[in-house]
Amino acid sequence: MKYYRTHVLVCMDPQCRRKGAREVVQALQAELAANGLTEEVQVLETSRIGGCDEGPELMVYPEGVHYANLTPDDMAYIVEEHLLKGRIAKKFLMEATTAADEELRAPTPKEIRIVLRNCGQIDPQNIEDYIAEEGYMALAKVLSSMSPDDVISEVLKSGLRGRGGAGFPTGRKWALARDVVGEEKYIICNADEGDPGAFMNRRVLEGDPHSVVEGMIIAAYAIGATRGYIYCRAEYPIAVSTLRIAIDQAREMGFLGENIFDTGWSFDLEVRMGAGAFVCGEETALMSSIEGKRGEPRPRPPFPAQRGLWGKPTNINNVETYANVPQIILRGAEWYASMGTEKSKGTKTFALAGDVRRTGLIEVPLGITLREIVYDVGGGIKDDKTFKAVQTGGPMGGCIPVEYLDMPVDYESLAKVGSIMGSGGMIVMDDETCMVDIARFFMEFTQDESCGKCTPCRVGTRRILEILQRICNGEGRDGDIETLEMLCAEIKADSLCGLGQGAPNPVESTLKFFRQEYEAHIYEKRCPAKVCRALIRYEILPESCTGCTVCARNCPVNAITGERRQPHFIDPDTCIRCGICMQVCNFNAIVIR
Amino acid sequence: MTVETKSSPNVLATVQAVVGRNGAVKEELIPILNEVNRLLGYLPAEALDEISSLLHVPKSQLFSVASFYSMLTTKPRGRHVVQFCESAPCHVAGGRKVWVTLMETLGIKPGETSADGKWTLITTSCLGVCGVGPVMLIDDDIYGNVESNQIAGILAKYE
Repeated sequence: MKYYRTHVLVCMDPQCRRKGAREVVQALQAELAANGLTEEVQVLETSRIGGCDEGPELMVYPEGVHYANLTPDDMAYIVEEHLLKGRIAKKFLMEATTAADEELRAPTPKEIRIVLRNCGQIDPQNIEDYIAEEGYMALAKVLSSMSPDDVISEVLKSGLRGRGGAGFPTGRKWALARDVVGEEKYIICNADEGDPGAFMNRRVLEGDPHSVVEGMIIAAYAIGATRGYIYCRAEYPIAVSTLRIAIDQAREMGFLGENIFDTGWSFDLEVRMGAGAFVCGEETALMSSIEGKRGEPRPRPPFPAQRGLWGKPTNINNVETYANVPQIILRGAEWYASMGTEKSKGTKTFALAGDVRRTGLIEVPLGITLREIVYDVGGGIKDDKTFKAVQTGGPMGGCIPVEYLDMPVDYESLAKVGSIMGSGGMIVMDDETCMVDIARFFMEFTQDESCGKCTPCRVGTRRILEILQRICNGEGRDGDIETLEMLCAEIKADSLCGLGQGAPNPVESTLKFFRQEYEAHIYEKRCPAKVCRALIRYEILPESCTGCTVCARNCPVNAITGERRQPHFIDPDTCIRCGICMQVCNFNAIVIR
Repeated sequence: MTVETKSSPNVLATVQAVVGRNGAVKEELIPILNEVNRLLGYLPAEALDEISSLLHVPKSQLFSVASFYSMLTTKPRGRHVVQFCESAPCHVAGGRKVWVTLMETLGIKPGETSADGKWTLITTSCLGVCGVGPVMLIDDDIYGNVESNQIAGILAKYE
């Protein structure tokens, strides 16, 4: 590959093109030629530099300087000032804070980016961009100087654990698959990121697909696999197409296919799409789905390492696990193990959602406290409200209350308080969230997604949901709490896969930490957070109401009456508690009782 | 995702083209069903018959797969499919109010198609764009930060 001292990335998104980005590139190239810089400066057409609002725009690397609001006439000045004299052309400079990427913002001081390091920085559809960031160097190192056992021992020493949520040591998993005797072995990447609110893997697949591909090739070499699959959910069409491009490019470069790097070893990869079934994120269900069957889990043992895809030894890891591997190989196990806690090493990505000021993707060293995540990284609770709980681990996770805010985030600590690491969803809730409603909500999800194979999960989640619905409707009965506890214990003990074993977690954890809310619903017919419709009523404060009639005009069921300029009144029997009146009132005259 | 009443030759031609592209082997079953479902809007019985004979897979097994995955459907859908994200981040961000308004405005419940064949309402699992919840998908158009009072305006854009 040819070496350039400077790269200029020009945004070619439709909006920038409409504003003349094409002409800007032509002018830029003409100026570079006129100044004899074509051998030193490379111009690349790319996308999404700053969001196009201030386009045409470009970035100059390695400095990372962002210029916007450009015209073709400005190119002479930028080439002379910046590319020739090395001075930043201040009048076109855009401050980094204007980046429009709300999903992945500039890292806060507590963050360390390993898995997300390239996301938003490189062109995911261009393998050379990845190679320029030390891409496929780890693979070269592995194939030229490491035996499969060396690779496994390095990964083992790094302390990397499964990032899909269960946290099984990755090196040990690889060793198990390596030790099984078999002609044909498979390797799978679980990219069926189905946890609601979790989109870390999507971002890696869309923004840095080669890191996953490279990690998989290294894993395949370590265990002796010849064929690999990336199982990606169908809800992520962009991730699927980006992956396919990445695989084709890797194959063209000779990183995949026959006789990789002239070592005589061959390995190839393909993408498989799901069709909308949450349970397919469970590894044995996922393999059934690749085989073209219903995605139902199988009993373990035999574990996938012994009998996996099509009955052959199979290693299966999550997207984030694989994306860590090249960096571990390149920088060494000691470097990776220097981050994190005794048993949980390295970093973890989370999708921070809910009532925090800065939602989006984060990557933090394990062992960071929940308080640091919510307040330092997330910027605290929105609208200056009070923190109530954080839900980790997706629908199989638990709700963690304020008492545990200073708890370190690692696999063991989360399990101790009845939650899980899960794949990395993290939903922060403020004091206007009803915990019974949240438990009902998650149970609706798991009940719907239960594949139906195990009776305790299929029927039990349904029974739990019915009880929770009754409680939220104000029809809770004495004894409901005890029945819930009994059902939770039974489902946990008697289900085959992680879905059933984890399904009761949201209910159990809210029962443990927010029992008084359940009791208020059941015995006092009151929803303390004022969420459950059957237990609240909307009222108009006569002293604040100006009689502007906006609420009455917007009420879908005509439950509001009153003369113009006179206080209005809501008929509680007609009101369906949709809350529209409260949204449209300009005088804050409507309250929930 | 506009669905017209397809005549049989069209269904057969679509199925044959899709099977040709993917290969008539059992392990390609789910990709094939996905693509046929996308092209025809649903999986008509005659499409399943044809896939069954091309792939040598019994119809019972085809139906067991088609009925398992939420993106595959054996029932015809409306001209426009409204998918509302039912996931927690959207729920916490006020999704429930929007959902209720959506059901009331369309006058149908999840899984139903309106009598005039215009709308089908379903819920979807997380689309991974939680930063802008509540999220709604109409055909292939995605709407983020949806509020109750915007529903009528958004729906009015569709013929």
